[in-house]
Order: sequence, then C-alpha cells, then structure tokens
Amino acid sequence: MAHRLLSGAMTSTETTHPNTAPFLSLEAVRKTYPGVVALDRFSMEVRPGEVIGLVGENGAGKSTLMKILGGVTRPDSGTITVDGIAHDGLTVEQSIGSGIAFVHQELNLFENLDVAANIFFGREPLRAGPLSLVDRARLREMVAPLLKRVGANFSADAPVASLSLAQQQMVEIAKALSIRARLVILDEPTSSLPMAETEKLLDVIKGLKAQGISVIFISHRLHEIERVADRVVVLRDGTLAGTLAKERINHDEMVRLMIGRMLKEREKAGEAARAPGTVALSAEAIRTSTYPDRPVSIELRRAEILGLAGLVGSGRTELARVLFGIDERLAGSVTLDGKPLNVGSAADAVANGIFLVPEDRKLTGILLDLSIAQNITLPNLPAHARRSLVATGAELATAEKQKKNLGIKAPSVLTRTGTLSGGNQQKVVLAKWLAMDPKVMILDEPTRGIDIGAKAEIYGLMRALADAGVAVLMISSDMEEVIGVSDRIAVMHEGQISGILDKDDFSQENVLLLAVGKKPKLLQAAGGLE
Amino acid sequence: MSKKDLGLLILILVVGAVVTAINPRFLSAINLANTSNLVALFGILSIGQAFVIITGGIELSVGSLIALLGTLFIDFIAVRELDWPLAFVVIIVLGAVIGFVHGWLITRLKLQPFVVTLCGLLIYRGVARFYTADGTAGFAFGQNFPTLEFLTAGRSYGLPNSFIALIVIAIVMWVVLHRSVFGRYLYAIGKNEEAAKYSGIRTGRIIIAAYVICGVLTALSAIYFAMYTRSISPASHGQFYELYAIAAAVLGGFSLRGGEGSLVGVILGTVLLQELQNLVNLLGIPSSLNFAVMGGVILIGVLVDQQWGVFRARRRMIEATRQNVAGAPAE
Repeated sequence: MAHRLLSGAMTSTETTHPNTAPFLSLEAVRKTYPGVVALDRFSMEVRPGEVIGLVGENGAGKSTLMKILGGVTRPDSGTITVDGIAHDGLTVEQSIGSGIAFVHQELNLFENLDVAANIFFGREPLRAGPLSLVDRARLREMVAPLLKRVGANFSADAPVASLSLAQQQMVEIAKALSIRARLVILDEPTSSLPMAETEKLLDVIKGLKAQGISVIFISHRLHEIERVADRVVVLRDGTLAGTLAKERINHDEMVRLMIGRMLKEREKAGEAARAPGTVALSAEAIRTSTYPDRPVSIELRRAEILGLAGLVGSGRTELARVLFGIDERLAGSVTLDGKPLNVGSAADAVANGIFLVPEDRKLTGILLDLSIAQNITLPNLPAHARRSLVATGAELATAEKQKKNLGIKAPSVLTRTGTLSGGNQQKVVLAKWLAMDPKVMILDEPTRGIDIGAKAEIYGLMRALADAGVAVLMISSDMEEVIGVSDRIAVMHEGQISGILDKDDFSQENVLLLAVGKKPKLLQAAGGLE
Repeated sequence: MSKKDLGLLILILVVGAVVTAINPRFLSAINLANTSNLVALFGILSIGQAFVIITGGIELSVGSLIALLGTLFIDFIAVRELDWPLAFVVIIVLGAVIGFVHGWLITRLKLQPFVVTLCGLLIYRGVARFYTADGTAGFAFGQNFPTLEFLTAGRSYGLPNSFIALIVIAIVMWVVLHRSVFGRYLYAIGKNEEAAKYSGIRTGRIIIAAYVICGVLTALSAIYFAMYTRSISPASHGQFYELYAIAAAVLGGFSLRGGEGSLVGVILGTVLLQELQNLVNLLGIPSSLNFAVMGGVILIGVLVDQQWGVFRARRRMIEATRQNVAGAPAE
C-alpha cells in the first residue's frame, strides 16, 4: 500500500521545481549545548524534487541540524514548518510522519538477510493463518517497484552481505522510499565508496530528484556536490555561512564560505616554512597485505610534520600498521637513521622509538578500564619498576608530570580513562608516548571525534614534537587539518603514494586530484623546477 | 581486600557458623585439618587456573593432567624407583612444557583456548589410562618415602604442610599478580589484548607464560593429590577438577572475559567450595546432591554479584546525568 501512494505523488516532471512551494522550512533555529552554540539563527527551505548540498567543516553544526530534522533533539528556539504547520520541534514520529528519511554513513542493515527482508523488516506482509508466516510472494511484489526506482541492478533475494557498499546504500534508500519518504538525507554516503560506486550513487540521487523526492546530500567531496546539487547550503560555526544557487555552485565559492577562517591560518603556517630535517625513517618498496601487489615508499624527516592524505581505503592505516609492526611487512626494507631496521612487532617499534597513536582510540589506543597512570606507563613499565615489581611512586610521578604537561582534565591520575572525554583520552594516548623518547611519531586520525578546543591543543603538541626534532606522520581525512597542520603532504591512492606536495602547492584541489590518482596543478610546473 | 572479597569472606563465615550450629563437629580439629588440606590441594590448581582466566583464556585439561602427571609420578618413584626429588622435578618440568605447548598453540597458531585445552583434556586422560593399561597406579606394600610424605601429607604445628605450601604459593603469586610488571601486563591483556599490543607489550609471550604457570601449579597439585590418595585409577582420578578450579575463580570474582579478579578472591572461592562439600557431608545431605549444591550456590553467588553490578551502574548513570544535565556533546 505504501508504494502505491508514493507512485501517485511522483508523477511530476523531471526538471527542477523552481516554482513549487517548500514543504519543509526551518526558521531562526537555535540549539545550544553547555558551553557551545551548536546552531544559531539557522534557516533553510526544502522544495519537492530539490537536491540540496550541505557542506561545512567538522563541528560546523551539520550533525545538530540532522538531529533536529530527525526529531532526536529539540531546538531551543525557532520554528520548523512542515506542510504549512509550524512546530517548535519535531518528535521522531513527526519526523518519520513528515516523510523525512535518513541514510547514515554507517548502514543499518542485517547483512545475513536478503534485500527484501531488510527493506520491510518488521513490516513484512503476512499470510493468513495461525502461524503468521511471511508472504514471500507478496513481499517480492512490494519490493520490486522500490528497487526499480533506485535503479537497482540486483535482485530482491540477494543476501545483503553479497552486495557492494553502493548497492547496500541503494537498499537503504529503497527502505526510505518504502516509508513514503519525501526527503532523503544522505550523510556522507560516498566517503567510503570507491570511484565507480560513487558514480552509481550520484545516479541514484538524480533518479530520486526526477521522481520529485528531495535530497539533502552531506559530503566533504565538493566536486560531487558540484555535480548533483541544485543549491548548496554552507554551515560555519553553527550559522548559515551562505547559500549558493545552482549557477553559483563551484568549488572555490564553497571553500571560501566553508573555511574562510582556516585559509588565514594556513597563510600563517606558510610563513613559518622551515628547512626540512634529515631522514629519520625510510620505507623502501614495502608491501602491505591490503595491496600486496603495490610497493610503497615513504620518507619521514626529522623536525617535520608529514601529512598523509587519501581516501578511506587508500592504504594509509595499513602503511602505519606495517611501520609500527602490527601488520607483517610482505616485502621491502625499512631504515631508521640510515640503519636497517627489522620491526616484527609493535614491541620492536616501541623499543626503537617509533610510536603510533592509532585510529581507533577506544579499541587500540588506550585501555578504558585502566587508570590514566596505568595507561601512560604501560609501554615503559620496566622503567617504572624495581626488581620487576611496579614502583608506584615512580609511576605516579611520570603520570602527574604528563597530566600537567598535556593539560589532561581529570580529577586525578588514578581516574579510569573510560570516564574521560574523547579529547582527554587522546591526550592520554599521546602522553604515554611523550613520556618516552619518540623518534618517529605516527598519528592516525588524531583529532577524529574530538572537540575543537582539544583539537587545537593536539595540533600544538604535534608542532612541539616536530620542533623538538621528532619525525611526525599525521594521517588525516580532514582536508583543512591536513593543509593547516602539515609541512609537506603525501597523498595515497590505491595503496601507493601518488604524490607529495610542498607547502606552495597545498590546496584542497591538489590533494583531491592526487587522492583520485590524477596529476596536481603545481606552481613549479609553471615556474620550472629549481 | 576488595569489597567483593570481603563479601565472600562474610559468606564463608556465615555458612561456617550455620553449619557449626547444626553440627559442631565442623570445628573439630580433625575436620578442619582435613578441609584445609583439601583447600590447599584445590587452591594450588585454582591459582594456576586464575592466571589463565585473567588473560581471557581457559584451561580445561587440568583434571586430566592431574591424572596423567599423578600416575607418572607414582610410577616413577614406586615402579621405576627414581629418586623422588628427581621425579618431582621431571613432573614439574612436564607440566611447564605442556603449559607452554598450550600457550604456543593459542598465541602462535591462533587456536581458541577452549578448543586447545579441551583436546588436552581428552588426550591426557587417554594417555594416562593407556600408560597403566587402565590399571591402578599405587605403592607396593611397605614402600615408604618419609620426607616426601611429610612434605605432602604431614603436619607442622597442627597445620597440614600442604596448607602451608598453599600459603607460601599464594603470597608469592599475590605479589606476581598484583605488584609485578608481569601481573600488570596480564590484566592489560585480559582487558584488551589489542590495546596492550599497541602499547608495545609482547602479548604472546605473556599469555604463554600464564599457561606455563598454570601447568607448573597443576603439576605441583598433581603430586599432592597423588600423595594424598596414594593410589590412582586414571579413569576417574581428578575428574572435573578443572571445573572446581574454574568455579573457584568465578566465585572469587574472576570474569571469564578476562582482566578481572584477585588472588585473595580465588583462594576464598576455593575455601567456599570445600566448605560446601564439607557441609554436604556434615549435614547428612545425600552425597549424590554434592554437585547440585555447589552449582546452586555458584549460580546464586554470580546472580547476586551481577545484579549488584547492574544496580551500581544504574546509580552511577543517574548521578552522572545529574551532574551534567545536557550531556550530549555538540557534533
């Protein structure tokens, strides 16, 4: 029944709908959290059949906006109007009832069930009779038109586990359509998709638009937004930085609105360009298990922050894991200070002063059940022991010193790290390495999920490390961070370093071009190599 | 002593008081000596088990090992007439080697502890039965080992020497578990092996060491059990002892997921288990109900402990929300 109603609603034309009235609008919406204004004086409208690109750096207020639209959070003030009826805030039921559907970055699918079962999970058509068996034939009938509408190239019987990520997203979108969605919000849908898959998804978005369904497309990949959006809404620091109409949508405009503030910082960092240090760690033609057919080489220099950019799945984390000895090195050689180095385990790496701040803080970075002090001394416990017995005094002294140096906010060094905020947990990870003598520091997404204040402190720490002569490798997917913090940027593409950018050539565009395996636009190309 | 351990101690005292009230023989010298001897024998192997459980592993072959190593020990000194100190060393080394093999299979070949030690349980029992051709290993009439017998089954100052051995072992192992670098590593690995590895700990070696410790303590208790029963029929000797050890650890507050538990806890767990066995005897409960009583008490104990944990977590959460009214972070 659901899809029959829908098919009635989508007989509109496939062009944009400039004259249609908005069915959803937000006006002067404000939302604060203790100490933070997450969203302020924010207004926007959504018209049927419109694709809105929503961009903004991390922390700009996108998530808060999504929570308000989804009915998870109530705004402090402002109105949300749906079909002419004004609300102070939506409940989850009202949000669903208004036809707002979400497709999150992390998909909510049962991989062990087939497509049809996923789309109508919990709402399966049942056969008459006491056993309430699922009416498979009817289910398939209901699913078929939905799959057709998302342009699916797979069958309703296919197990979800056998589908590619883009196909799984199609299933999610079909699920959204099955509940009569009028607005589908896609949150970073392409961030983990390979190129070809991304194309498919962009086609699906165009298809939805043609059926009169509105889409809010959140992405950091500006060129994708350029291609599909009718309008772009830019958020910055919780406020509307600007709206770009179709003809004004271009990369530079979006960046200007998004990161105006950041560009200035970048120039500042540019002034402090320094002479590169000598090579500390050098990896020569090593191979990782993820890309066993592709040798990768990289040099980390002393007193330098080397940013390592690239798309998710380009092999950055795997490279870090091999350098740190967690994964096996399949081929190639590594030298430290010019001497050959054989790192067979993380313990070997640590013994040689090569430290890693891993991507997944809670699973691998710290032990949530141990205290701050126990976490900090864990890699260097024998130095805090006498005759193999832990010397609590020495341990606490080290921990107190690091707590003070890094400004870890906690009642005491005996506090369980699990109770700390993300930023403070990350500082504990850093503290355990800083308490030792780092030669090479690898940081994998060091500021992911961390509030802005702590972010700045962590940038400061990385800079201080580099100033002290440490070779720093920072893996990051946050473009502004990579550009703002690095001294040089290496970019990975499908398991290999596709290029290294010097400070003069830093730009989002260049990083992106290298990340997708294309040639960057270098200044030197125009001015000639020195 | 943690709150958990204190609770267990109080439970032991309460049960003891009730049993004494019904049957005063509970506190008789002979009963206490007997029970403390059993506590010692089971305590030693439970400590070994605890070291494995703390890493998140399990050692199921303990009972079969007690049968195999006990049989070998008696055979060495009674039939092959080895010097008993030599036989003693051989058995301990054998226990260490077996523990090493288990640990190696688990860490290097990535087999699950349950599977490895379950196979051990079957293999060692089978080998023990084969070795004696399903007969009974025992001493010939008139064979005596005065020093050995004194050390294992004798008494000093009214205390069974086995119990004194337990106290010494418990103190040493308490220091190892709760004060040493190795002990800290064990807890870290039990809590989160990956994170421990990322902190530069050689987790494989530490886990192997835990299985070696378990093997050595099991071998030691195998000798004690052999000298206590003095004759071994390998088909039944030591059966279910691994479960006694696991039960003692669980009662003592160990989590089978690893990373939790104290040495005092496992000793108290052993004491409670032996007290329950004793209770069944002294109160005239049909001995066929022995296991049922034990199982029932463990279940109730674990339930109470778990519910208490849930209650505390809820209270902590309510407090946290009160302190931080709008806890949701911005983005």
